[in-house]
Amino acid sequence: MVGTFDLWKVTKTTLFYLLVIFIVVESVFPFYYAILTSFKTGTDLFRVSYWPDSFSWGNYAAVLNTGSFPRNLLNSVFISATTVLLALFLAITASFALSRVRFRGRGLLLMTILAVSMFPQIAVLAGLFEVIRSLGIYNTPWALIFSYTIFTLPFTVWVLTTFMRDLPIEIEEAAIVDGASPWVIITRVFMPLMWPALVTTGLLAFIGAWNEFLFALTFTSSNDTRTVPVAIALLSGGSSHEIPWGAIMAASVIVTIPLVVLVLIFQRKIVSGLTAGGVKG
Amino acid sequence: MATDTLAPPMALPGVRIKSELMQQRARAARWFLLPMLIALAVVAGWPLLRSIYFSFTDASLNNLYGAEWVGFNNYLRWTTLDSGKTVYRGLLVDPKWWGAVGNTLRFAAYSVTFEAIFGMIVALVLNAEFKGRGIVRAAILIPWAIPTIVSAKMWSWMLNDQFGILNDLGMKLGLLSQKVAWTANADTAMTAVLIVDIWKTTPFMALLILAGLQMIPKDIYEAAEIDGVHPVKQFFRITLPLVRPALMVAIIFRLLDALRIFDLIYVLTPNSDSTKTMSVLARENLFDFDKFAYGSAMSTMLFLIIAVLTILYIWLGKVRFDGGDR
Repeated sequence: MVGTFDLWKVTKTTLFYLLVIFIVVESVFPFYYAILTSFKTGTDLFRVSYWPDSFSWGNYAAVLNTGSFPRNLLNSVFISATTVLLALFLAITASFALSRVRFRGRGLLLMTILAVSMFPQIAVLAGLFEVIRSLGIYNTPWALIFSYTIFTLPFTVWVLTTFMRDLPIEIEEAAIVDGASPWVIITRVFMPLMWPALVTTGLLAFIGAWNEFLFALTFTSSNDTRTVPVAIALLSGGSSHEIPWGAIMAASVIVTIPLVVLVLIFQRKIVSGLTAGGVKG
Repeated sequence: MATDTLAPPMALPGVRIKSELMQQRARAARWFLLPMLIALAVVAGWPLLRSIYFSFTDASLNNLYGAEWVGFNNYLRWTTLDSGKTVYRGLLVDPKWWGAVGNTLRFAAYSVTFEAIFGMIVALVLNAEFKGRGIVRAAILIPWAIPTIVSAKMWSWMLNDQFGILNDLGMKLGLLSQKVAWTANADTAMTAVLIVDIWKTTPFMALLILAGLQMIPKDIYEAAEIDGVHPVKQFFRITLPLVRPALMVAIIFRLLDALRIFDLIYVLTPNSDSTKTMSVLARENLFDFDKFAYGSAMSTMLFLIIAVLTILYIWLGKVRFDGGDR
């Protein structure tokens, strides 16, 4: 009797761990395979292998030394960083007002902000194109910094509002009793407490801007002004047989490794930020 | 919702001081909100209005300002031929458009359903206590962190008809009798897109559901255990009803994301009519076919369709975005 019971328990544990292994393998395998491919050149590329059996830096050298890929990387870093700083700057004061002050229409305003963050970006594409052309920033990094505000700003406001709402009221009351103005409360009292939240939100917004494709494809038109997602998407030969898979995989690994490292370092914070914001980065 | 407002500060005596303080705060709040509101009006409000306006004109890419008002012509217009037959033209009778609407709805329904189911399974696994839980959580964050374009390229290589590892694996395991041109074949293109999307976004769903699961008090399960309630019944009677608010919010976010999908399809299955979504078709008309006004009409319709679906969902599902009864 005891024997069969144990058998059932062992089976259950085994099945559970099989599921766990399956989840880990299917999550990691595609990226592993991209890394594997990125180190293959020539005919090795067209031989399917499951383990690393050939090793060459050729694709990386090709991607980094020819074409405009290094330039695209710089564009992406500059655009994403500037977008995030701008969004955080505008969002801090706004989320203070939204989380700590009671005023008429606040609920409606919060819902509007959430709606904008979930906006179908194609719905504003035509109008944004006109605005960007008339501002004279078409095909410059500023076109992307400008347009990325549409999703980074509502997102940062929403997440920072949730974070600020949970700060204890006593801290603020003490500051009010001491005669601090709202501005002083934000900069002197809340900012020091908000650092972790700012880092998390900033990181999520950065990932969003780094990965953005539709605006980047539409508002830039030359190799030098493109960001990396567009550069990778357009790395192709004339026909389906000329696609430089090795180079594409090398470029993909280069743009993904920093993100994966950042995400793994900050994983706890990212999970809490994601669930607070409920918005896909 | 207990801490979301500044309750009347107890430390301050006297109604007059309090209301003065409240007024000062309300004034400050107005100034604090202004920069954000202006920014959102410039990047979202105004462009949306202009896009809708363009859909009622004959604007083209090189002639945005000379555009003339044409009413509903982009949506529906008709001419009566000499033979007495009436010919309808415009977006509302465009089979390509309705094909794209169908593709989008099909894609959204399948992807969100599978993501909810798989997300729930992954969340339940992560909610259990076992050795190596940290590794699993780190592993599922990887698909989420990978840029969509990169995952589209990675998978299009893995799904490659001749050299793809999935065909190789399928043949070796005996699941496939011959190599499949996943992305090029009209029958399998949507499946390919769904595989990649589900792979990439299930982690997001899982994390949101996990947050909901972790809010369920453990003693409910202990009580159920003592009463001898079967685990399956526990799941349907306790877990599912209690995690429902979190699940509903996760689903709406994913649904909105799926309805506007562009990048994955643009890169993975370009030029395939069986996967072309509303966003892909609208952008194609706006910038590739130089039918700026017609593309604007498409993006306006897309906006309307998504708005209606969202309102229906929130209304029918009684979704609350403030995290339930926190």
